[in-house]
Amino acid sequence: MAKVHVTTTINGEPMEFLCEPNDTMLDALRGSLNLTGSKEGCASGDCGACSITLDDQLVCSCLVLAVESEGHQVRTIEGLADGEKLHPLQQKFLEMAALQCGICTSGMLMASDALLKRSPDPSEEEVRFWLAGNLCRCTGYDKIVRAVMDTAAEMRAQ
Amino acid sequence: MTELRYLAPATLDEAIGAFAKAGSAARILAGGTDLLVQMRSGILKPGVIVDIKKIPEMTQIEPTADGGFRIGAAVSGMALHDHKNFGKVWPGVLEAVNLIGSKQVQGRASAGGNLCNGSPAGDSVPAMVAAGAVVTVQGPNGRRELKVEDVPAGPGRTNLKPGEILVSFALPPRPAGSSDAYLRMIPRTEMDIAVVGVGVSLTIKDGTVTAARVGLGAVAPTVLLVEDAAKALIGSKLDDAALAKAAAACSAACRPIDDKRGTIAYRTKVAGVLLKRTAAIAAKRATGK
Repeated sequence: MAKVHVTTTINGEPMEFLCEPNDTMLDALRGSLNLTGSKEGCASGDCGACSITLDDQLVCSCLVLAVESEGHQVRTIEGLADGEKLHPLQQKFLEMAALQCGICTSGMLMASDALLKRSPDPSEEEVRFWLAGNLCRCTGYDKIVRAVMDTAAEMRAQ
Repeated sequence: MTELRYLAPATLDEAIGAFAKAGSAARILAGGTDLLVQMRSGILKPGVIVDIKKIPEMTQIEPTADGGFRIGAAVSGMALHDHKNFGKVWPGVLEAVNLIGSKQVQGRASAGGNLCNGSPAGDSVPAMVAAGAVVTVQGPNGRRELKVEDVPAGPGRTNLKPGEILVSFALPPRPAGSSDAYLRMIPRTEMDIAVVGVGVSLTIKDGTVTAARVGLGAVAPTVLLVEDAAKALIGSKLDDAALAKAAAACSAACRPIDDKRGTIAYRTKVAGVLLKRTAAIAAKRATGK
């Protein structure tokens, strides 16, 4: 099968890669781009572990074809921290033990970041509904929700 | 393995040319939230994918000259949500579209895809039927219009002809005192497939219903327009007798299946219950009370 050449921007950096036409964005990220922070859970858009943003829109990278990223802006978990400085959400997830096995974490962080960009002062209900597409089998969600609420409060205070 | 080609034409004419030429091997890609899952699971092995999101008409939300809206077939749920006044005019259509999947899915999934996927349980479809939406489709033989309720042909099938692509939904202008609502029954609170879905659109003048449409989903091979339920509501003040009659009409329209999500008896009963609840929400919105 002829590979397709894709030119895109990932975490602010211009990138080029080759992919099969039916490769998902997640396949490309975890494969030739070697950005393995996005995880494959279900590969059917149910679990959110592969959450990224495409032109600032939160999406499951398993439900996007890699070829669709041509000319668009992709942001992954690898672009969340500012160099060595963790994003406030990452810092808070660590402090409040909002993760255990970690498979869901990058998706949770990307989804939470997208929420706080839209809604800097979310209610608990809003956080829970927003994260309904991110499954976690370890934490029971409470610690994650509290970490997002605390981060939001901290970011508003700054 | 069959060679797959991905095309992302910038114009509708190019898309129709490519889609028609590829015949039954071709699939339209809007949000991809159904298509990619079907490809992944091996149900579908398309030879050509025509991505319609680079065609401006497919991704625009426009107010029409007569006071209605035109929504491109590939407009995502999130884009519709973020539109400044669509949700004020059509809150029921918006809540139905926004019930499809997670926020991640909302970033991609479209009402056009929901309709063309042909699921009897698609959430946006009963609301669009209640709204009286008309779709524009275009194919090698030109454009035509269809009522939304005439699009589904059965589970997974539509009445679009070979080579035809769904272009947009047109929603009519709203007279004063109009609103709509959509409710679905699911066993959990979020992220599930409707056991029953009901869309109701009402116009109320001086407390009396002057216009009504009812769309009913997940209880028959296709989403249904329930004219008898609308007739029972029109002319009434949404009193108990009128609501009971409309609910009975919804139950009578049901031709459901027994499956893991609900039995025939359960779906038939719930269709009536949801009609009453949905009408109450639509009425509250229409009258501002």
